[in-house]
Amino acid sequence: MALDRCRVPIHITAMTDLAHIRNFSIVAHIDHGKSTLADRLIQSTNTVSAREMKEQLLDAMDIERERGITIKANTVRIEYIADNGELYVLNLIDTPGHVDFAYEVSRSMRAVEGSLLVVDSTQGVEAQTLANVYQAIDADHEIVPVLNKIDLPASEPDRVREQIEDVIGIDASEAMLVSAKSGIGIHETLEAIVHRLPAPTGDRDAPLKAMLVDSWYDPYLGVVVLVRIMDGVMKKNERVRFMQNGTVHQIDRIGVFRPAMQNVDELGPGEIGFITASIKQVRDTKVGDTITHEKKGAEKPLPGFKPSIPVVFCGLFPVDSAEFEDLRDAIEKLALNDASFSYEMETSAALGFGFRCGFLGLLHLEVVRDRLEREYDIELITTAPSVVYHVFMKDGTMQELHNPADMPDLTYVDHVEEPRIKATIMVPDDYLGDVLKLCQDRRGIQQELTYAGSRPLVVYDLPLNEVVFDFYDRLKSVTKGYASFDYQMIGYRQDNLVKMQILVNDEPVDALSMMVHRDRAEARGRAMCEKLKELIPRHMFKIPIQAAIGGKVIARETLSAMRKDVTAKCYGGDATRKKKLLEKQKAGKKKMRQFGKVDIPQEAFISALKMDG
Amino acid sequence: MSEDWRNGGFGLYIHWPFCEAKCPYCDFNSHVSRNIVHQDWLACYRRELARVARETPGRILNSIYFGGGTPSLMLPSTVGAIIAEAVGYWTPANDIEITLEANPGSIEAQKFSDFRSAGVNRVSMGMQAMNDVDLRRLGRIHTVAEAEAALAIAQKNFDRVSFDLIYARQNQSLSDWEDELNLALTFGTDHLSLYQLTIESGTAFGDRYMAGKLKGLPKDDLSADMYDLTQEVCNAHGLPRYEVSNHARPGLESRHNLIYWNYGDYIGLGPGAHGRVTLDGQKYATETYRNPAEWLSKVKGGSGEKPRESLPSKDQANEYLMMGLRVKEGIDLDRIEALGGETLSVPARNHLKELGMIEEIGSRLVVTKQGFNVLNAIISELAY
Repeated sequence: MALDRCRVPIHITAMTDLAHIRNFSIVAHIDHGKSTLADRLIQSTNTVSAREMKEQLLDAMDIERERGITIKANTVRIEYIADNGELYVLNLIDTPGHVDFAYEVSRSMRAVEGSLLVVDSTQGVEAQTLANVYQAIDADHEIVPVLNKIDLPASEPDRVREQIEDVIGIDASEAMLVSAKSGIGIHETLEAIVHRLPAPTGDRDAPLKAMLVDSWYDPYLGVVVLVRIMDGVMKKNERVRFMQNGTVHQIDRIGVFRPAMQNVDELGPGEIGFITASIKQVRDTKVGDTITHEKKGAEKPLPGFKPSIPVVFCGLFPVDSAEFEDLRDAIEKLALNDASFSYEMETSAALGFGFRCGFLGLLHLEVVRDRLEREYDIELITTAPSVVYHVFMKDGTMQELHNPADMPDLTYVDHVEEPRIKATIMVPDDYLGDVLKLCQDRRGIQQELTYAGSRPLVVYDLPLNEVVFDFYDRLKSVTKGYASFDYQMIGYRQDNLVKMQILVNDEPVDALSMMVHRDRAEARGRAMCEKLKELIPRHMFKIPIQAAIGGKVIARETLSAMRKDVTAKCYGGDATRKKKLLEKQKAGKKKMRQFGKVDIPQEAFISALKMDG
Repeated sequence: MSEDWRNGGFGLYIHWPFCEAKCPYCDFNSHVSRNIVHQDWLACYRRELARVARETPGRILNSIYFGGGTPSLMLPSTVGAIIAEAVGYWTPANDIEITLEANPGSIEAQKFSDFRSAGVNRVSMGMQAMNDVDLRRLGRIHTVAEAEAALAIAQKNFDRVSFDLIYARQNQSLSDWEDELNLALTFGTDHLSLYQLTIESGTAFGDRYMAGKLKGLPKDDLSADMYDLTQEVCNAHGLPRYEVSNHARPGLESRHNLIYWNYGDYIGLGPGAHGRVTLDGQKYATETYRNPAEWLSKVKGGSGEKPRESLPSKDQANEYLMMGLRVKEGIDLDRIEALGGETLSVPARNHLKELGMIEEIGSRLVVTKQGFNVLNAIISELAY
């Protein structure tokens, strides 16, 4: 929304005293109504005029709106005159709901003092809600439960209230009864924010300590930094130091989000707002860093955050190899705004030049790929996602392996460790058996099987590599979409892991190499070969498709030669038409990758890895 | 054009766009009409002949071909007038071939002697199948009995008779086809066109196929077996394949069609006809207006031809490749490399030779028996 269109008559008060500030976030599962509730809170306080109200105001990116998810943290400052006649400033930080962005959730949580826990009263608590609410509890939040969609016939507020108490262990007796869609309970919720959430603390006269909550690139303003002031006061034109980074910048703009950017003179303790300071790259602003004054600054920074680490890697290659430079530009631009995404150049015998990219998780991968294809109009081949293995060498050193194709020769390898996760899955009773089987099939170790109210809650220790590719799809399909799933990394463990190569017509196809557990290699190899046999078109000659570990073939299929492909009729009038067909064929061939004499269609590189069972 | 004889020859194609009924597999430019003013059509063909003859003086005419549609529905007088006009404009070769496509019905058969008098010396008959159930399924309006009678009349009137069959039909077994082909060979014609049924989009069959309602079509392996069997049976009867789907007693091949396959020059007149004509050393692709009424009015306005396109050299090379590899003599390497402006891909040739798909004999590149089955793949590998 453009700044000049924000017509709401507000007067930006000078610094608000701490007692009249409330900072909060909203915790919810996708579709439980978080964004709708945020919209309603903004609307009912006239922060935005009705004319400017867009559904899901805070989710700015197209992809966010389309998928109904929030990726980056978004912020809005709401001014609310409470029933007691006093004006309060309510700062909402809207957080991502998806596990991939758990890290963004945790740092947003650190910037506020309370949370609204939104639960769909027709559905109940989901695994994702659990993961996020525990983060809120970890951050010492006061939590106000909000039961949403209470106007629907299927609403069961009593059951859900009980479930919140049983599963999460917080008092839900005073849960708000809300229908964000119909506007029921919005006023009561605003009152609860004022009266039940704590005011922030902080010392106006102490040296400046501002937490760098988030940052993103704006094409007009450069990098915009979202800050929460803990102590002291921050003003325009001041010179400030980013303590961890050691850099000094002059603030050229300071303001708040309503949710459009609006300049203010200063920000004081407890307040949340933004600064710009002619910073060119998001990478120059470390999330969790402490900002203080260049002179008479704080001595000790705030406790920092752990940096977010990519856990899933895959190769991105342009379908048309002539578009490599375009892809480089697009990736660089995208990385300006997404410090959690890493990339480095990669060459593949199969796919040519491309990039090996690291992501926070699969959704993050999909979002980045979608944006590259959509916003930059580049058709991509995505190779199979891989996790980061720790390869311990016989000489005692450890190498991080981001790409199975780079696996060192086994004679130098002592052992390999892989990342494991703790997966929390909630599932209706009817599908429990299928879910347990799926987890067992994926080398899972059962940790817990309990009931959250009437629904089973399963906790498994799983290898991440069994999850990154299609676990979520499989889970959705075996439970008809009724399961909810969340995970967190729990560390590395040694296992019997080997690199499996795929050979097509006796030539190894590097982009299809993968790490597998030795015990499952045969089954996996067979499935891959069978799948490739379907995906590769018949050629004029028969093509062996093999899976091998080291030099040993463990599975083999043969794609038989095409027997007939000839146009029956071709006379004088057909030359033009057939020539067009030939040109189309040649264009189609361009979309295949040549391996020796074999053309492999690009979709094979991903589809081959999808497991049916 | 004194080099025509070296580059495939020079022919004239006349398109008659009308049929009694539209067949469900046919994607040719054909229409059903009850209001054909024959005088009008003849006048327009004559105007067109005069127009193209002015551009191509002094050439030797190897062939005239009346195709369609169903040109046996033309008046023999129209056919005769066109032939007379053509041999006046160009010098006819001594052995000029003049072919008419004919529907094997009783009405048409009555006209055969008149067509012969008009100058036609070869007929090609759309027999299509040798049993009535399949003929009806193919949408044909004749019966096998009628067709056999028409064929006998044709053989009485013309020295050279060919007919078409469509095989790999719905629910046809390998032995069904073997029996049918053997029966077809008993008629003793010197030329046969044997096509595997091809489902073309934009036809009734195409629509049914897309809707999943065209059942019982042979799978790849069966159609490959049928094709191989066709070669065996025809070879045994002295009618070897000289083109993908065409068989003839040696020396009795269709000269007109060989002009296409040897990438010679041909003029196409009548609605929707295509041509390839070399003028002042540049080869052009020509095309006329498809809609019969539109064509008539364009011709009356001066020309039935759409704006002409000169063919880039790579296109010419690819067209020669697509057409030339269909015949057993294959292509001339010097000629294709002159057209394409560069060597025909050596790695692709070596690979195809290794696979036994092609052979090089002197300066000719020919497709092997094995290669004919997968000709499309060979062409796409060799193409410029």
